[in-house]
Order: sequence, then C-alpha cells, then structure tokens
Amino acid sequence: MQFRRIPQWIIVCLLIGAALIAGCSTPNQSAQPAAESAAEPATETTAPQAAPQESSAETTGKVQLGLWTHSAGNPDELAVIQEWVNRYNASQDQYEITIEAFPQASYNDSVAAAAVAGSLPCIIDLDAPTVPNFAWSGYIQPLPLTEADVAEMGVLSADVGRYNGQIYSLGQFDVALNIFARKSVLEQYGIRVPTLDEPWTKDEFMAALDALKASGEFEYPLDVNAGYTGEWWAYAYSPWLQSFGGDLIDRSTYLTAEGVLNGPEAVAFGEWFQSLFSEGYAPATPADDQGFLQGRIALWYTGSWAAQTVVDAYGDDALFLPPPDFGHGPKIGAGSWQMGVTTNCSPEATPGAVEFVISTMSPENIALMSEASSLIPTTRAAAALTEDYKPGGRFEIFYDMAERFAVVRPETPGYLTISNQFEQALLKIRDGGNVQDALDDAVDAINQDIEDNGGYGFK
Amino acid sequence: MTTTAAELREKPAKGKSNSDLIPGLAMGGAAFLLITLFVIGPFFAGIWYSFTNQRLISPNPTEFVGLRNYTRLLKLSVLPLEPLVDEASGEFLRDEEGNLVYPRSREFTRDAENYPQYAGLREWFNIDWGTTRYVILAGDPIFMRSLVNNFFFALVVIPLQTGIGLLLAVMVNQGIPGQNFFRTMFFAPVVTSMVVVATVWRYLYDVNNGLINEMLGSLTFGAIGSINWLGDPRVAMWAIIIMSVWQGAGFQMMLFVAGLQQIPEDLYEAAGIDGANGWQKFWNVTLPGLRNVMVFNFIIITIAAFQLFDQVLVMTNGGPDNATSTVIFHMFRVGFREQDIAYASTIAVVFFLIILFINFIQRRVTMEGGS
Repeated sequence: MQFRRIPQWIIVCLLIGAALIAGCSTPNQSAQPAAESAAEPATETTAPQAAPQESSAETTGKVQLGLWTHSAGNPDELAVIQEWVNRYNASQDQYEITIEAFPQASYNDSVAAAAVAGSLPCIIDLDAPTVPNFAWSGYIQPLPLTEADVAEMGVLSADVGRYNGQIYSLGQFDVALNIFARKSVLEQYGIRVPTLDEPWTKDEFMAALDALKASGEFEYPLDVNAGYTGEWWAYAYSPWLQSFGGDLIDRSTYLTAEGVLNGPEAVAFGEWFQSLFSEGYAPATPADDQGFLQGRIALWYTGSWAAQTVVDAYGDDALFLPPPDFGHGPKIGAGSWQMGVTTNCSPEATPGAVEFVISTMSPENIALMSEASSLIPTTRAAAALTEDYKPGGRFEIFYDMAERFAVVRPETPGYLTISNQFEQALLKIRDGGNVQDALDDAVDAINQDIEDNGGYGFK
Repeated sequence: MTTTAAELREKPAKGKSNSDLIPGLAMGGAAFLLITLFVIGPFFAGIWYSFTNQRLISPNPTEFVGLRNYTRLLKLSVLPLEPLVDEASGEFLRDEEGNLVYPRSREFTRDAENYPQYAGLREWFNIDWGTTRYVILAGDPIFMRSLVNNFFFALVVIPLQTGIGLLLAVMVNQGIPGQNFFRTMFFAPVVTSMVVVATVWRYLYDVNNGLINEMLGSLTFGAIGSINWLGDPRVAMWAIIIMSVWQGAGFQMMLFVAGLQQIPEDLYEAAGIDGANGWQKFWNVTLPGLRNVMVFNFIIITIAAFQLFDQVLVMTNGGPDNATSTVIFHMFRVGFREQDIAYASTIAVVFFLIILFINFIQRRVTMEGGS
C-alpha cells in the first residue's frame, strides 16, 4: 500500500471545516426563554465583568467576599447588581464584595460544579425552585431572619426562599402570569373584561373561547405557549391545576403526590387541558410565540415579561387579565432569582454576606432593579418608587396579581423531579394520552424519588 | 516481517526488560495517567454507582442497594386483561366505535396489595389475541422505547448512509468537471458542528413556515399538505434520520473515494477485455475492492447510530410521546435533570453490554466473510 499526495480537495475541506468551527461559537440551544427569566435575553457574549474574588487580596484589610450572578448576558440587570454592591461597599469599611457574572445558560451547571468542588463564593443568586435543593444539600445556609422579619420588610411571600421552616434566600423581583388580550376584540364579541375581584369563571372562559373560535377571525382563540419545554410547564400550568383544586404534591407532608396530583380534581384539570388542544382552542405545537402579537391568535397566556412588547404592539388596546378561576380562585406561579449565602462562606465573612443580601431588599435597591428590568418589585414600598408599579402605574395590576394569586412552587428538594414528571405527564395528555394514566405515572415516579431520597429531609 | 517481530519479542526476556521498562513507563506515563483518570476510572466508577443510590447533589450517604437499579430498569411482565362485561346482559361492553372495553392496566400495577407481582411496572405496549389483551409491562417503558428507537435508527441509517456515501463517492470519482467542488460541498456538513446543523434543520422542518414543507408543497402543487415533521410521533424519527444521513454521508463518501482510488486500474482494463459492461465491473471489481472500507464504514456508522443524542436534544427533546427518545438521551434526562446518577449509570452499563454484544456479532460476521 502506498501513500499518495494528499489531494487538494481534502485540504480545502479541512480548511472549510476549520473556518466553520471557528465561526460558530456555542449556539444558544434554548429557543424559548426559561419561564422565570424570560425577560432576560440569553445572549452569550459578555465575559465575567469583575476579577475573581480570590485574586483581589488587597492591602485594604477588608474581608473579601465573592458574588456570583447569572446576569452576564443582561447588561442592565448586571449594572444594577454592580450598583447594589457599590452602595454596600461604600456604606461600611469592613467588607468588600466583588462580582463574577456568568451567562445564564451555563450558570446552574457552574454553581452545581462549584458546590461539589467546594469553591462557591459567599453570595450566589439562585433560581427560586432550586433553593430547597441547595439548602437540603447543605450548600447554602439559613439567613438569620424570622417570618416576622420578612413580614416587616413587606416582601411578597412567594419571593422568600424557604426550606423546612427556615429562610434561605430573598428575591428582589418576580413576574406574574396573565392573559394578554385586546379590548377591541373582547368588545366586538361581547366578552366581559374580567377583573381581579371578578375573574372569569371556567364556563365564562370557555364561552369566550367558543365565541372567538366561532368568529373565524383567528387561527386559534388562545395561545398557551405549549411549544416551550422545560420548567415552563410546571411554572405555567401547575397554577391551573391548583385552581382546579389539585396540586403537584401534598404540601402538608411533602412526602407523597398520591391523591393530589392524580385525584379527581387533577383529572378534571387534565381533561380540560387536553380539550384545549383536541377541541382546537389552542395550538399544541405553535411554531413561535408571535401569534398574539401578529393578530393570528386572540388571547395569550404568558408572563408579565412580555407586557412591554404587547404594549408596543397594541398600545392602549392591550389588556392584562387575571387567569380564570377554575373553582379555587385564580392562581399564578411565583418565584424568580433570589440571593442566598453559601456554607462555603467563612465565619468572618458571613455577617457581611448576610448584611448585603438584606441590603438588596431596601425599597431603593429593589426599585432600581425594577426600573432597569421592568420586572415586578417584591415589596409595596419599592413598587411605590417605580414609574410602572406605583399606585395607578400602568403595570400595577401585576403586583396585585403577584400579591393575591401567587402560589410558590413546592419548596422541596424533590422539585426537580416533580417538575420533570409533571411536564412528561402533561405532554402525554396534550398528545391525547389517557389522563388518569399519565398522572398516575407521574405520581409513581415522584413518590419513588421521594422514597429513594429518604423523604428529602421531611421524614 | 513476522520472524523479526518474533525475535524482537523474545529478546528482552534476557534481562534487558528492566532498562526498557523505566523509560517506557516514563514516556507513556502522561498517557497512562490521563487514560486512567478519564477513561478507566469513570468506567469502573460507573459500574460501582449502578449498584448504589448515588445522587448528583445530596447530603445522604451513598448506599449499596444491590441489584435494585437493574430490576427497575429491566423488569418485564405480561398482564392478560379480559374485556369488561355488561352485568345485565352478560355480553362484552363496547365503546361507540364497537371496540371492546378493557380495564386500565394501571388498576393492577398500582394495586400492590392484590397484585404484588405487577408493582412498579408500567404499560409498554399491548397485543390483542382473541378477546384477551396482553399488556406488556416494563419497569421503565421509556428505556425500552428508547432502545427500540435506537435499533430502528441504526437499522435504517446503516444501509442508507453506506449506500448514499458509496453513490456520492462513485459520482465524484468519475473525473467530471467541477468534481472538487462537489466533493467539498458533500463534505461540508460533516465538518459542521451537529448542534449547528440540528438548529438549522429545526427551522427547515418547521410545520408552518419551514423550507422543506414549502418546497414539498410547491413541487407537488399542494398535493402534500404540511407535514408536522418534528411534532408527529410517526414522522419525527424519520425527520431525524433524514437529517442525520444528510449530515453523515459525506464522511462515508470520503472514505469510499479513498478506497476507490486504491483499486488498480488494471483490474478494470482486464475486466473490459473480458467483455464486462459497467454494471458487471461495479459488481465484480469495485465492490470487492471496497470490502475493507465497507466493513470499516459499517462499524463506524453502527457506533455513531447508537450514540444518537445531539439531534434529539436540539430538535425534539425526545418527544413527541418519546418517539425520538434514545438510550443516551434517556440517560441524560435521568442523570442530570433528575440528578439520579446511580440509575443513569445502570443504563450506561446495560447499554455498554448491548453495544459490546453487537460489535462482537459484527466482528464474527465480517471475520467469517473474510476467510
């Protein structure tokens, strides 16, 4: 066997390959935003903004603290966090905090890896549903706060990260789920505009969908973003389940989902959910989430992060409606990014870290974030300082919804499995599967997971 | 050659081995270390984890649980169901379409008191035999489904990709003008990252505005309606197969081109003198000449087919209804999304044994064919 000269075309191929690989940085896989943080475009460019805290052993004699945030892709939000840190650093001379920012797409992986490796900084921000898991694993420490303290601060209850009776984290912003609609469309079809005190009942809601469907003016009456994947399903649809009277897990013990996620109320929810797609009320796999904005779909069930876009599209015609009351009042999901203190924080640095986290909850600091990101501030006092959420402000209704209808996602370390199983079950239901079977499957998997993990600390 | 090699092998036995051993180990040291750390270590760790309850993040100590994970993964059972009977008339109940009505299998699998043998099992699929319905229960139906998907993918992709690769190779090896251009073009998808390719194809496959549906629609004057490529359980796997073959065939083409160029021109001339036509030359000269390349391609595609993951993650997330879930994807879902490392390791071990068996069979078949 003899070797020939490498043909030119192979070289050309290799060169093209190299160019392509160099040209394509890691693509952003998630086409749709994560439920909690959709307001933040997941750009992937910004490098860490500050030097790692370990290297900045300065001669000032201050105790150095690190802070990790997921906001690298969102300059506005990062600037606010930097401002909080600047304010805190200037307010005292004992501690000095430095920020390290990560792109959101890889943030959770970085934190989990750092946790296992024991190299977490003092302060991290965490997505609300992951807080109990980190607390149970012993990676974050309880804050020295009581329920009375947070009540006095006036924080929306859902934006306090709790696990097993202790408080671990505090959130400065949140979003609210609602139904976007157009006043002109509702008027045209004689549909009552629901209010927070008098939301649509299930029958009213279905009658409205029927009227919109019968009009023939729209491809579908309703878009529920059923094409999203991941956390969206539990975040957006478990509130409906709760409004029907079911829940993801029995919250009195956190040890079983039996009878709650597969009881008659849950089955009623599942059958109704299935009918949304089988009866043609909502697209099961919408290609994008522009249907409402382009006028192809009449109603849009999504988070308040889209409010500005909707106002841009429809101006004064835009309506923000509470979700329907399916029997147990309207419910919406709650809990966004929150800040906590890790167990990796040294005893001399911990008081500073705790102090900083509490300082971010001052009305001024919360208002600063809300102004920059347009997200819901988590205290009434902060809301009063913002243009959009102050009494009479154009987005005030979202604060009211968060206050009145929010149900926090189950505060158990097992939530990851619950969320995944709930999504699997609803996907089966959406695609026409047997409702009771799908929910039973989810219950079995959730209960097995709880048992495998020794009750997740609740036994 | 063989005699010299044998001599070389015998020589060190005379006490020279020690002086060779130390520099040998020193030079191989870095490689040994890395291979131990990143290949051998994780391999044995995975086997160990599969017998424990190891989690990704957990304060609980790791415990030995014996074969629990294997039982959950592999347990199978059959549940015969009799149709429901109308108590008044004594006849079988029928639904609106006249089909027999059966009790739900879940009523048995969730009734641990009366039917302990079915506890923890779920319906995989069912077969009707007379009036009795046999429900095949599995401990992990999604794993079973994924395994079947993997085999289906491999069975379709292996011949298809080999065939298209060979076809392209013969086409670009004819000395036609612009053949370098075509070689480059066919090869370009291979060097593009799979994630990029899959992301682009997701848009091509879009049910409403996708290029592929638009093209099919206009080519057939609307006879083919819009196909829900990634949303319909019956076609989703085909969508992934088409895209994967398109992406991978260029690599097979390149290997076949190299193989074609190794076939001596004299053989074709000799065949021509014997009066062989083009087909006969292809069957009797080209194909036998490509035998080794063919075997090599076969093995490579088999391995790649069983590793199917990127396309699934980017394009369908295993759906719809697990129609495109694969074993590796299931492992990823269990191990990272649900943080159950022990169970994911169990899947890995079982899958490793399956692949080992397939490769063993392949080796036997190709070796026998060669002798």
